Amino acid sequence: MPKKIMAVGEIREGQLRRVSFETIAAAKAAAEGGEVVGVLIGKEAGALAEEMIQYGADRVRTAEDEKLGYYTSDGFASAMMAAVEQEQPDGIFFGHTALGKDLAPKIAAQLDAGLVSDVTALEVRGGEVVFTRPIYAGKAFQKVTVPEGLLLAAIRPNNIEPCTRDRTRSGDVSPLSFPVKDIRVVIEEVIRKSAGSVDLSEAKVIVAGGRGVKSAEGFRPLQELADVMGGAVGASRGACDAGYCDYSLQIGQTGKVVTPDLYIACGISGAIQHLAGMSNSKVIVAVNKDPDAEIFKVADYGIVGDLFQVVPMLTEELKKIKAVSP
Amino acid sequence: MNLYVLMKRTFDTEEKIFISDGSIQEDGAEFIINPYDEYAIEEAIKIRDAHGGEVTVMTVGTDEAQKQLRTALAMGADKAVLINIEEEIGEGDAFTTARVLTEYLKNKKADLILAGNVTIDGGSGQVGPRVAESLGIVCVSTITKIEINGREVLITRDVEGDTERVKTTLPLLVTCQQGLNDPRYPSLPGIMKAKKKPLEECGLDDLQLEEGDAAPKTKTVEVFMPPQKTAGRILQGELAGQVSELAALLRSEAHVI
Repeated sequence: MPKKIMAVGEIREGQLRRVSFETIAAAKAAAEGGEVVGVLIGKEAGALAEEMIQYGADRVRTAEDEKLGYYTSDGFASAMMAAVEQEQPDGIFFGHTALGKDLAPKIAAQLDAGLVSDVTALEVRGGEVVFTRPIYAGKAFQKVTVPEGLLLAAIRPNNIEPCTRDRTRSGDVSPLSFPVKDIRVVIEEVIRKSAGSVDLSEAKVIVAGGRGVKSAEGFRPLQELADVMGGAVGASRGACDAGYCDYSLQIGQTGKVVTPDLYIACGISGAIQHLAGMSNSKVIVAVNKDPDAEIFKVADYGIVGDLFQVVPMLTEELKKIKAVSP
Repeated sequence: MNLYVLMKRTFDTEEKIFISDGSIQEDGAEFIINPYDEYAIEEAIKIRDAHGGEVTVMTVGTDEAQKQLRTALAMGADKAVLINIEEEIGEGDAFTTARVLTEYLKNKKADLILAGNVTIDGGSGQVGPRVAESLGIVCVSTITKIEINGREVLITRDVEGDTERVKTTLPLLVTCQQGLNDPRYPSLPGIMKAKKKPLEECGLDDLQLEEGDAAPKTKTVEVFMPPQKTAGRILQGELAGQVSELAALLRSEAHVI
């Protein structure tokens, strides 16, 4: 049965995050020929709404109040609830990002609805949407349905292919009018560690270091390799516990679960808790001195050798390739 | 200060997962306190020690979760609550757990509720924010530092690698992120004392809830293992040659660069 699904977009540093388009694609699949209504909240919402339509939304509702310049759960929830009230959708899809993880359960609680978080795939079977999501950080998967009521889901970045951009598509963009409720949390300061760099959860390429990197300084060649490939740097729990890098880089069952196109594990032994966080990556490369390291059991390509030799050589090699055919 | 911690018993991170008869095999597995909930317990104990008050650790689970509650008591929590809904509801979802916890907490006048930001099993990360919303209090997620001065609270939180410093007031619910603290191990005297600390058990009836009030909104229709990754190719030969070969393979065979 055709449904009306809202797809919540996300703005970061003046641009739509890619996960917004993946969310639209997921909403489109679930809508079964119904309508996909984009919702965009934040400073440049009006200006960016068109892009949501080009990626498959049928129309977009925007909220641009100056109180919504930066994400707060109270501010964004009041915009979302206004959108829900005015649109009466059958479902709402979010990105499973820091914003979505904070906002989606709050909206679900307000609407007394079920919510399927961290969705990596979906299909429609006999009129029912069946969501696939990892459990135990990807050691297993489950398929979940929402038998009754509103269909709420949060889509993990990097898993659902966005629709091809069609610059000729057009649709209605209309602002939501609503009073922004009291915002009970005041943001005093934001320190952007990742300014200009790629976010781990959305990175197509991740270069990760383990204890074998030996020091904070040892991460530098990994960063250089990541930069050449437009990727991000991650780490194992061992490297974080040893103080070589910040916990926000940790990949594993505790830490982030990632599924990039290419994962290059450097000096990582491959403890089961780390494997859970990365073994669903599309292609895995392992560089390790120990030929018996567990990481080689999940790697597509392995080099037994010293990462401090291999990584800079690989960086140079890729620079050459990029220079010839970028 | 009236402090509550929401805790879950989970599989140890070192455990392999096996499926039999369509569900996860639990026999013989080691269970632990969800690692993110350990940060919540540790922080609650520290706050109590600095500001006075009482720490109550709560879980929704089966009798087996008593062990993890006792561990939390041994770490230094004062009281524990086990809400067992196994008989009436069985396997619930995040809605169920949040609904039940909210019902218990609604008249308790909690100043601060702490939870892990996500569990390492189900991984939905919904229960904390849902409980806060249902209680009508603020939720600040993925915190890495908290300072309390009277009713005012200063928090540092992790937002996908960025750091945000925010100000808010009690009552409040926070979800804890790695880096917040180093959870202590229970001491031997702690373990002895924990045996005598109160552990309250209650069910749906005690909360005056009907089955329908907390029935799950989502339904798991299948559980399956991801395709087994098989070991690929270990490159051979001189190191420089291996690196060129790798670059070529990534381009022509794997198509990722």
